[in-house]
Amino acid sequence: MRYTFFLYSNPADFADMTPEDWAKEKEVYGAYIGALQEAGVFVDTDWLHPAHTATTVSLADGETRIQDGPFADTKETLGGFFIVDVPDLDAALAWAAKCPAAAYGKVEVRASAMDSV
Amino acid sequence: MTADARAAEVARASYGKLIAILASRTRDIAAAEDALADAFAKALTTWPDQGIPANPEAWLVTTARNRLTDHQRRAAKIDYTDEVPEMAQPNLQPDFPDERLKLMFVCAHPAIDAKLHTPLMLQTVLGVDADRIGAAFLISPTAMAQRLVRAKVKIKANAIPFLIPDETLLPERLSAVLEAVYGAHALDWLDGEDSLAGEALYLAWLLAELMPDQPETLGLAALIGFAQSRHAARIQDGMLVPLHEQDTALWEQPLIDRAAAMLSHAQKAGKIGRFQLEAAIQAVHAHRATTGQTDWHALLQLHTALVTLYPTLGAAVSQAAAAARAISPAEGLRLLDRIEPTAAQRFQPALATRAYLMGEIGEAQKAIALYDKAISLTTETPLRRYLQAKRAALT
Repeated sequence: MRYTFFLYSNPADFADMTPEDWAKEKEVYGAYIGALQEAGVFVDTDWLHPAHTATTVSLADGETRIQDGPFADTKETLGGFFIVDVPDLDAALAWAAKCPAAAYGKVEVRASAMDSV
Repeated sequence: MTADARAAEVARASYGKLIAILASRTRDIAAAEDALADAFAKALTTWPDQGIPANPEAWLVTTARNRLTDHQRRAAKIDYTDEVPEMAQPNLQPDFPDERLKLMFVCAHPAIDAKLHTPLMLQTVLGVDADRIGAAFLISPTAMAQRLVRAKVKIKANAIPFLIPDETLLPERLSAVLEAVYGAHALDWLDGEDSLAGEALYLAWLLAELMPDQPETLGLAALIGFAQSRHAARIQDGMLVPLHEQDTALWEQPLIDRAAAMLSHAQKAGKIGRFQLEAAIQAVHAHRATTGQTDWHALLQLHTALVTLYPTLGAAVSQAAAAARAISPAEGLRLLDRIEPTAAQRFQPALATRAYLMGEIGEAQKAIALYDKAISLTTETPLRRYLQAKRAALT
């Protein structure tokens, strides 16, 4: 079964990071991705630019409305995601707990609904 | 030895000692770290020209203290000097007090987030940098560094005292210190080459040396010593090797001997504790190097004592595993059944043990299903490979 981990964190925690810090951050995630791949459960991941760079699109009365900024303004914002393929929620939670984001932010685990409809 | 090499050696051996001395009065760990870093830099430029001082540690402390005073003077807008001490007269007693124990109690103070106890101790007592700590805790080095900075600000702002807690507070406070050291030992995920196992052993032995009258400090030091002695035997060809199947020729006998001596010293006090019991279990396993056999009956007794005095899910599973070998697989299964089912169903060691025992009593299909569930919960590669091999042997 596929599960998506939504990685939430407070952008203020990363405000002072240098390019060197980011490189190290990438290494930490690289190790995690490696572990997921080694276990054969890795499906996909991405790392997103900060929420304040988001553009939100909607259609109202047949017109496209484009809004500068994220859909919801929250202190902790979505910074990236992982998709894993594991047998059940227990296994998904075991891997989510090892996600680096869990140490300084929150990891929301959601099951895929694709197979249920 | 060159001045550079000497400075590096002093840095490794006495980093925590010097930080503890510098910070114990001001409670400002960050300022102590900066001042000591400056003093080391100064040593690297002065020692090659003027020779290595008779007492390098005293020289570094004096230089760092001058530095701290300069900063205070500068803050008060007073002229400061950039002096280094004269080589001839180290104006400090050669054997100044070891304040590291106090520093360890500060790091594990209840006002500091428990998750930071181990990282703080690794950084201030051993000088491990935030990069390595972050890597070991699977968290970005920047986030780790920020938290450590915040914790140090809190220690200074709240004037957390540098002292050994008195009798009434000691049991609870010491237990936090022991947990923090144990935390450094328990960090092993992804079995990176840059593991902090050696640092954990150093911290545990230091604590035992500084508090030899506390049996649990010796128990923890023995426990980590035994575990570390088997470092080379634990993983073969990328696969975990269970303790009772390890090649004893790969164990480090001197470490085992030292751990055994510490444990027997601890037990003389007649005050049993969790770490002593866990170390005693390790000692029974270590004895196989001499006798060639694992004494499962002794292990069962110790595991039963551990489960009775300090009940945890892990201890209950280990007791069942020992009973399975000392008595019978059926007895092991009976003990496993006594564990609360909802907890056991998601607890990887319980599932792996039950899988093994089902295999032993000829229930291969059940064993395979249990191994599958256990494997899905295993995030450590060497352990997963081991379980996969056990599962494959059943098909």
